[in-house]
Amino acid sequence: MEKVKKKIGSFSFWNWVTASIIFRLILIYFPKNLNLSSRPEVSTPLTSFRRLAEGYWLKQSFMSPYAGSMYHGSPLLLSLLGPLTINRIEGQPNHLLYSLVSVIADVVSAMLIRATGQNLRLAYLRSLESLDLVKQIEVSGDIAALIYLCNPFTIVACVGLSTSPIENMAVILCLYGACSRLIPLAAFGWVIATHLSLYPAILIIPVIFLLGCGPDSPPRKLFLQRHQQKEVLNQSKLPPRFSWGPVIHFAFWAFLWSVYVLVLCGISLKQFGGLWEMFKSTYGFILTVEDLSPNIGVLWYFFAEVFEFFRNFFLIVFHVNILFMILPLAIRLRHRPCYLAFVYVAICSMLKSYPSVGDSALYLGLLGWFVNELADMQFSLFLFCGYVGVSLLSPVMHNLWIWRGTGNANFYFATAMVYACLQIVLVVEGVSAMLNHDRKLRNLITGKPQDAKS
Amino acid sequence: MVLLQRPHILLLLIDTHQFLQCWIAFGSANEEGQQQEEFSEELLVKPLPDHKLLAHFHFQSSAPPSTSNGCHHHLFPKAISQLVQKFRVKEMELSFTQGRWNYESWGGFDPISSSNAKPPGVELWAVFDVPQHHIDASWKNLTHTLSGLFCASINFLESTATYSTPEWSFPPASGNVRYGTFPCEAVCTENLTPWLRLLPCRDKAGIALLLDRPSLYRGFYHSQRLHLTSTESSSEGIDSGIILEQTLTVVLQPNSERAIEVHASEKHVQPSWSLSSIFGKQVSGRCVLAKSSSVYLLLDWGLVAELKFPNKENGKSAANGLTSENFWSNPSFELSVNPDRIFLEESSSHSKSLSILYMFQVEKYSESEPFDIGLMWKVPVAWLCQQTPLHASRFFMGSGNERGAIAISLKSTQFTEGFMSANSKDGSCELRVDVFQVVPWYVKVYFHSLRVFVDQQPRAVSDFIEKIHVSPSKDKMSPGVMEVVLKLPCRVNTAALTIEFDKGFLRIDEYPPDANQGFDIPSAIISFPNFHASMVFLEDDSLNRSPLLSKFQEKCPVMSYTEVLLVPLTTPDFSMPYNVSTIKCTVFALYFGSLLNVLQRRVAEEERFLKAKAAKKTGRLPLLLSKLSAKLRGRRREPLHSPPSSSSFINSKLVLKVILVAGLAVGWQYFFS
Repeated sequence: MEKVKKKIGSFSFWNWVTASIIFRLILIYFPKNLNLSSRPEVSTPLTSFRRLAEGYWLKQSFMSPYAGSMYHGSPLLLSLLGPLTINRIEGQPNHLLYSLVSVIADVVSAMLIRATGQNLRLAYLRSLESLDLVKQIEVSGDIAALIYLCNPFTIVACVGLSTSPIENMAVILCLYGACSRLIPLAAFGWVIATHLSLYPAILIIPVIFLLGCGPDSPPRKLFLQRHQQKEVLNQSKLPPRFSWGPVIHFAFWAFLWSVYVLVLCGISLKQFGGLWEMFKSTYGFILTVEDLSPNIGVLWYFFAEVFEFFRNFFLIVFHVNILFMILPLAIRLRHRPCYLAFVYVAICSMLKSYPSVGDSALYLGLLGWFVNELADMQFSLFLFCGYVGVSLLSPVMHNLWIWRGTGNANFYFATAMVYACLQIVLVVEGVSAMLNHDRKLRNLITGKPQDAKS
Repeated sequence: MVLLQRPHILLLLIDTHQFLQCWIAFGSANEEGQQQEEFSEELLVKPLPDHKLLAHFHFQSSAPPSTSNGCHHHLFPKAISQLVQKFRVKEMELSFTQGRWNYESWGGFDPISSSNAKPPGVELWAVFDVPQHHIDASWKNLTHTLSGLFCASINFLESTATYSTPEWSFPPASGNVRYGTFPCEAVCTENLTPWLRLLPCRDKAGIALLLDRPSLYRGFYHSQRLHLTSTESSSEGIDSGIILEQTLTVVLQPNSERAIEVHASEKHVQPSWSLSSIFGKQVSGRCVLAKSSSVYLLLDWGLVAELKFPNKENGKSAANGLTSENFWSNPSFELSVNPDRIFLEESSSHSKSLSILYMFQVEKYSESEPFDIGLMWKVPVAWLCQQTPLHASRFFMGSGNERGAIAISLKSTQFTEGFMSANSKDGSCELRVDVFQVVPWYVKVYFHSLRVFVDQQPRAVSDFIEKIHVSPSKDKMSPGVMEVVLKLPCRVNTAALTIEFDKGFLRIDEYPPDANQGFDIPSAIISFPNFHASMVFLEDDSLNRSPLLSKFQEKCPVMSYTEVLLVPLTTPDFSMPYNVSTIKCTVFALYFGSLLNVLQRRVAEEERFLKAKAAKKTGRLPLLLSKLSAKLRGRRREPLHSPPSSSSFINSKLVLKVILVAGLAVGWQYFFS
């Protein structure tokens, strides 16, 4: 019976994957009508396809790609994807090759998410077994991969020719590598993701935890308690202690890869401004929020309105806000590094300077890994409706303000605020649900009656 | 008392006498040694095909190189010479313009239009003779000086985001040139008055007397220009010679009463005019300081061809002034004053006909007998001015406030047809067009989206663009500059360049007071380097003396300015800064607070467990302390002597804290001093 179910499950999984790929391919053939590549939700100054093309053009005409304030991406991306902005097949839309690359990136990300999800599920099963708890658990990998592939946000980011599928792929590569203990791969993913969009740098903490003590499991204390109760200390069943070996290994590889990436960047920018110019116009641009064009984040309107005198202060405050939460989250969720990574990714995509729907697609996809743990999450319907509502209202408000001139900036900003609030609720409730889940596990083990609240 | 005063007066008299002698001696020495400073005033009047009249005032002052440290000038304005010396300006041109030059009906191929048709607002370019890294500082100072000198907002050109460095498409091709425009400047009398102050006679005498403000500003086009060139000083210690050329070009509508009367019957007769009817004033003699003072009436070759002068063929002999009657007593028009001289154009590319220039000397006239020429048309004439090879116009495409495209379209004119027929023998006829376009940084141009349309067909960019130079705009730092050399086939009918852009979003305090009016994009300069507008009049001695005519003989490339574009930018809500800050910060606080709350929340039984643990772990002293505090709270009335042990503990902790804070303070102080 179970086998049949599994068969159906996997069959429908591949069905869904094919369907989503076909859907993407269909959308690619109608790009003129959709005009997704110029939507503010899809293309931010960092991920815009047109800016990439402009950077490539400048580079081809022997100018630094960072000469104007147009291109703010990586020079490697320029060398890899730049030619695709121009090369065209006769009779086909001229961005076809580039779109195909993003479709492939999406599929690869989904497959990696699936593999990581299966890893996590195995780890979860093992830990439940060692705690003598038996539970029917969902195949979280398939669900996460399907959420990632069929999410309208992902589809829009892929068809809208933004570079976020590739950035997401780097992040997922990093997590996959860390989960399956492929240390060079993890280091590579982390270096590339950091190089492309800076914010994934904070993923180093979950990656260290992952490498140090393995994938997500209930707190170590629980196991100890369990074994104390049983009066036998079975070391083999305990989750491993934190081991520094893989971490040092990771640091070495990360160093190696970053040197490699920097050397490559240096070579490609040799005749122009060099690495300093690159840092200034990629990381500097991210940190100083120079571009105030509307996006789904909240910083653009704030920095358009705030008095110049306070600008630096608020820049520091908003960026430190991301950093402030790293430590408390790391302390509380250190036994669940993958979940920690998810929370970090969600916080970054909420507070980053130029967010796009591609970032949301990433953390929503990762959310699928934890369907078992987060089954008791509150407000999930409210959140779902909120996401649907915002993604419908936001383009309407943008249209009213920018194109028709009948609305004003406040309307669009209001949707951005709602979106930010939704993400806040998601993060807070998610963390709360995960902590409660651990509590529940402990209560099950210690045999105490479950608290009404927890 | 009287006796006492007398020696003083005598002394004073002697003093002044001596001083005067010295001064005269100095002056004469100067005269003997070098050339004199010169000033000349000229006015050129030209009827335009669309019943309008062009008046072009040309004042030229020149200061030859001198050894007198440049402090003393007889005629030359001191402010200008100081400016040239201070900022080492090699060449500079400043123009204030109101209205747009109508290239289609007022012509674009003659020296007047190609050097005096200017974009609306202020245009300033300057070439400096300073090392490369000092140029920007010099420019900054120059803009501020000129701003003060001309009561204009030229100082807005100071910021790097407003001026540009043309590489090669701008005529005085040199690396040291800076170019800036300020299209939204409103030009009015407040700019004209300081400009007139640079003239030795101001507007009190001579031709400048005609500059009656109401009639000037009633015109269709009004452009005052100041061009100065400083010649290289040959040796140390000698100041550079400066030539200051001030021109004022106005296009006016002569509305004589007679013209209105006959309007119904003779629609096509050009309105008759006289200087007094146009300007409401007459010239009562020349400015006594001027070396030459003359008024010219220019009849375009197109007009001359229509007028059919009786002996056009032997015009060259006529130009010598022998049979000049033929030229001014024409059946179709009548001049109220006999011209003193008549010049015929020597030759021109078109060769259909030759322009005629009538010259009137103002010296002969005086206050009692003021100078006033009038032109009375008898028969209707219609002609066309010679136009630029391609008529350029520029417009926006797209709608909405997010993105758009700029299009520069070039259309062939009647000139190109003639040119093409003349050059049709050799098949490889090419028309070179230089486009120079500056866009402010908030118009974010995608240079890769440059498209070329020739005869309304999209064509490969590399086929028609010979050379392109681009300097992309940096946000709030520098404008985008695009210089393109187009090679078009002569048979081209239309050509267009389009380039896409995104509209930028500014900070709230970067918007001007009327933000919803939009932002101006400066004119593009379209120049035709293969064509030169010049009018060579027949060789004569007086030519060397007339700066205006020698200016006409100079070969200046034909150029035209396109329209200024007004781009509306999206505005944020200007009343929101506080609301946005508070709402945003509230959301951040919500995020921070609720997440921290979730992280540190303990559920009931955990709390108990922790308390028990804490109680177990804490030593005797804190227990004592808590008991003590409880006691203190319980018996607040009774002043209680605290046990010595606990008090000493508190003291030691307090002392430790104080030391820590003091240490921090000392460290802080040390670090920052």
